Amino acid sequence: MAEIVLDHVVKRYPDGALAVDDFNLEIADGEFIILVGPSGCGKSTTLNMVAGLEDITAGKLLIDGQVVNDKAPKDRDIAMVFQSYALYPHMTVGDNMGFPLRLAGLDKDTIRTKVQHAAEMLELTQHLDRKPANLSGGQRQRVAMGRAIVRSPKAFLMDEPLSNLDAKLRVQMRTQISRIQKNLGTTTLYVTHDQTEAMTLGDRVVVMRAGVVQQVGSPAFLYAHPANLFVAGFIGSPAMNFFPGQLKPDSVVTALGEAKLPDRVRQQLNGATGTREVIVGIRPEHFEEASLVGDKPGATFDAPVDIVEAMGSDVYAYFTMQGDQAHSQELDDLAKDTGNELHSGGVDVTARLDAGADVRRGQTARLWYDTSKIQVFDASTGKNLITD
Amino acid sequence: MQPETTNRKLMWWGVNAIVLLYAFIPVLWIVSLSLKDDATLNDGNYFPTSPSDDSYTAIFNNSDFLRALANSIGICIIATLIAIAFGTMAAYAIARLDFPGKRTIVAMALLVSMFPQIALVTPLFKIETAVGLFDTWPGLIIPYIAFALPLAIYTLSAFFREIPWDLEKAAKMDGATPYQAFRRVITPLAMPGIFTTAILVFISCWNDFLFALSLTSTSNARTVPAAMSYFTGATTFEKPTGPIAAAAVVITIPIVIFVLVFQRRIVAGLTSGAVKG
Repeated sequence: MAEIVLDHVVKRYPDGALAVDDFNLEIADGEFIILVGPSGCGKSTTLNMVAGLEDITAGKLLIDGQVVNDKAPKDRDIAMVFQSYALYPHMTVGDNMGFPLRLAGLDKDTIRTKVQHAAEMLELTQHLDRKPANLSGGQRQRVAMGRAIVRSPKAFLMDEPLSNLDAKLRVQMRTQISRIQKNLGTTTLYVTHDQTEAMTLGDRVVVMRAGVVQQVGSPAFLYAHPANLFVAGFIGSPAMNFFPGQLKPDSVVTALGEAKLPDRVRQQLNGATGTREVIVGIRPEHFEEASLVGDKPGATFDAPVDIVEAMGSDVYAYFTMQGDQAHSQELDDLAKDTGNELHSGGVDVTARLDAGADVRRGQTARLWYDTSKIQVFDASTGKNLITD
Repeated sequence: MQPETTNRKLMWWGVNAIVLLYAFIPVLWIVSLSLKDDATLNDGNYFPTSPSDDSYTAIFNNSDFLRALANSIGICIIATLIAIAFGTMAAYAIARLDFPGKRTIVAMALLVSMFPQIALVTPLFKIETAVGLFDTWPGLIIPYIAFALPLAIYTLSAFFREIPWDLEKAAKMDGATPYQAFRRVITPLAMPGIFTTAILVFISCWNDFLFALSLTSTSNARTVPAAMSYFTGATTFEKPTGPIAAAAVVITIPIVIFVLVFQRRIVAGLTSGAVKG
């Protein structure tokens, strides 16, 4: 168990490509940190630098107060779970899990006890004599976890450990990983591109884009106070809706019409005065059918609903508003990552409404949105203008 | 579907039969020759009319042949072991590491195998007589290794490239030194490749005739292919066809055994289960 500090860490490849730029993070002992971002954002490179599998170009990496930049992986005492599991196919499950202990030169009885203990924790006891080839995906994943757990390292590094599992198993393993981490209290650095994993697992989440840290914070904080368009669009599922608009002294004009800004939002926008181009972000759950809202403050508009998905607990309504789509480098990056590059002739909106909402496909519905929860981003820099 | 699969089967049986016939007619002929006695040797029958073990008795009573057999086995096994040991390490380095001069090494390995052996026989003869290696086991083992290494390096590096990188990273993270990772994770997984290469190297040494003939002068280090050419008949004018055929059959047997033993090891898909599923 240890604290890990990344101090101005930079990774530049010999060909000049900058993979990670000025990464600063202090990970407290026992903390569960998630590195999240679209593919190619430098999150795995960061993990590999902590592991010692890749050299650090500049900056310092400290584990337990010691600079370990030049230490070999084996001298850092950290364990890693790979996306591919990387099990040794010629060894049995038990031998796989005991391998780090055998390398450490422990005696046979100690190894057997420790492997047994880890196997019980992961429910692998009856598979100890099988070869990885005869295991299911979920079992292999657990063996990979077991190999990391068995030697009680200072920290766990996990590189998308769940991405090869099917959806149902992924949810199961997610809770299991969370439980194991809490039980052992081992510092964990977890890389994923899945924002659900980021939201559910981590004590703190680090959102990266193109090698640069965008924001660090608890999942709830990132969700409620995204620092910029990229974080806003990446965190949350379904994603936040974005509308280009003009900010006026006490209102904002978007495809949804003109909405008066509540006093609190206006105060938080104190730095941004005068009329300017902005992008307004509204989360799907901040919409509601107007008749269900009563007289709570907010703005209403008519939505030509295309599609309605009744999920039982909620109703999802999809519609397209006339107007230009919000454009920024950050949103385009996100769209590219999710493969969502289709452009309809307007602003696509997803709204999550109460199960009792009376919306039908093909009909126009009167919808309300909570103006106190909106996010306002600068159209050119993408920075969130609402500050606390 | 049924008639089609039957037709397919018949077709494959036919093709297999043709290939087998093509390959085995000369082999069976040699076996047949080795079983004929002097009187029926040239009778033109494909199968021996009165099988006899005269030829086999003759070669196994020939001390030169027995000595040559021992030489062959010893020299080829030693050459194979050394070539595999060095070849494995070199191939691993070429497949996995980035070091200055890597391309040169690969090019040199290819260059060595491009030389016609006959062009090297005279210089090798001169060198070996000068340093006292002529007509000794090392005198044959060293050139065999030199010619086997390029083959070993090329086949083995292909096998090493197949092994997922992640396994090595995992070994490093588990606390292995680079040598431990190589020895305990990579080598066991490359075993099918190592055995395949060992068989190829062994066969190429075993079948060598040129060096065995030119770099030896007595039964001290002469291997079977060369020794066979020194067989003599009952009279100077009689060709020892029977014993040569018998010797040819005998020296095929170790190779067949060697392949059968190691074939079990050449199981495909040994790395399955290493990464995802």
